[in-house]
Amino acid sequence: MHSLPQIWNALPGFVQSLAFILAVTIVLILSVAYLTLLERKIIGWMQLRRGPNRVRLFGIPNTEYIGQPFADVVKLLLKEIVIPARANGVLFRIAPALALIPAFATWAVIPVAPGFAIANVDAGLLYVLSLTSVGVYGVILAGWASNSKYAFLGAMRSAAQIVAYEIAMGFALVGVLMAAGSLNLGVIVEHQRGMVAAWNWFWLFPLFVVYFISGVAETNRAPFDVAEGESEIVAGFHVEYSGMAFALFFLAEYANMILIAALTAIFFFGGWLSPFDGYIAAGSALRELPVLGLLIGDGTHWLLVKMLFFLIVFLWLRATFPRYRYDQIMRLGWKVLIPVTIVWIAVEGVLCWFRIGPWRA
Amino acid sequence: MLVPDWPLARLRIYEMARTNPIKTFLLWELLGGMWVTLKALFRPKITVNYPEEKAPQSVRFRGLHALRRYPNGEERCIACKLCEAVCPALAITIESTVAPDGTRRTSRYDIDLFKCIYCGFCEEACPVDAIVETRIHEYHMEHRGENIMTKDKLLAVGERYDATITADKTADAPYR
Repeated sequence: MHSLPQIWNALPGFVQSLAFILAVTIVLILSVAYLTLLERKIIGWMQLRRGPNRVRLFGIPNTEYIGQPFADVVKLLLKEIVIPARANGVLFRIAPALALIPAFATWAVIPVAPGFAIANVDAGLLYVLSLTSVGVYGVILAGWASNSKYAFLGAMRSAAQIVAYEIAMGFALVGVLMAAGSLNLGVIVEHQRGMVAAWNWFWLFPLFVVYFISGVAETNRAPFDVAEGESEIVAGFHVEYSGMAFALFFLAEYANMILIAALTAIFFFGGWLSPFDGYIAAGSALRELPVLGLLIGDGTHWLLVKMLFFLIVFLWLRATFPRYRYDQIMRLGWKVLIPVTIVWIAVEGVLCWFRIGPWRA
Repeated sequence: MLVPDWPLARLRIYEMARTNPIKTFLLWELLGGMWVTLKALFRPKITVNYPEEKAPQSVRFRGLHALRRYPNGEERCIACKLCEAVCPALAITIESTVAPDGTRRTSRYDIDLFKCIYCGFCEEACPVDAIVETRIHEYHMEHRGENIMTKDKLLAVGERYDATITADKTADAPYR
């Protein structure tokens, strides 16, 4: 008889990878489902409403609203997918997939646990940057292939916006890269080891703010959601999509939110590092406690807690701020965020040169 | 002149006086806005869980119509057609006839619920309190034509909810 770990290790590498990919995909889709519920609940609460509270899970009492995401999925699956007669059929069909795939594929390099990522790539940061840029193709192609003026306007807005914010985002990540001296996401997390103040957010605070704002803009979330501004262009790039094709865009948007939350946690908040690191010594008796010891130590749960926090901030922003005007978005991106990052990168360079702060380079 | 008489320059100066650059840079107002929504998150919710809970209703609530009878069973309506005349939506159609006992009665009394705007003028116009609007508002139609409330249907509603209607009218009487 072999034990489970032995069987696992005997499996060929590609089977292990496939298993991980499957696990990440399923977990991600479930998270997206419940993120939509969390969003409706939190925004409801912030508007003094109750949010969805009708659908029970398999009719089990006291599970009101737990079944809501499944009801939504069933509804979307049963709806008809309408393809406009004058649309470009091929592009119209592949656009949702193009929006969705990068949001999932990026997870390959995310260090989800101490020393573990599906693919431990040394150019992880570049991979992340390139894939998040590919995501915009889904939006642009959807808008263009729909052959509808609203969809087209939405796609144009989205393209300009993402180009503007990608630069700020990239510059913010240059700061992270300077601090860690590596493009490997695992090394970036490891470099932040120490205490809460050793995490990148403390020394790179302006870059963290810029990165998060650009992340919100990059995912087309409120208050930067001009690509689907319902007051002017109905639903923007996905007006012509219905049923499951629309659901794929929805899935992509929320998967991107989860991704940006994870990346923010990894780049600026120490990923899976525990916030108690510098405060409770390694050999302390507290760390020997059965469950609490594990919770205090590093691990995936800390990454999840940080991600949850940033996801709630995403929803919180949406519940708080009205949509930006289009020219205001452009001004913020080009004239505020990019200069801020450039200045801070210069400051960081000086700090690096004089060895002030926890720099690797 | 201290401020040049050039609208844009004047606007810029006002703008600078109004906004504090340090506060702008620290996203001060934005954080203030987020604090407001954060407080709202924890405040009691005001939504009424509708089918289980219901909002309070006035005795003057104007819902589905009903025709009333006197306690001895006699119809109140005397086919005076004041309601038909006053109805701003032209929702009421009345035809009158002489009943076997020699009184003036309606042979037809239709209210089109799709036309009705529930203003309550018919109720106000009625000299014998025959047509009333009850507090029933949770009703529906399943087939075309059900939107026409005929005399029989109106009388049936009146009979079924007689106790409520009488109680509501009694409660409201001191205020008219």
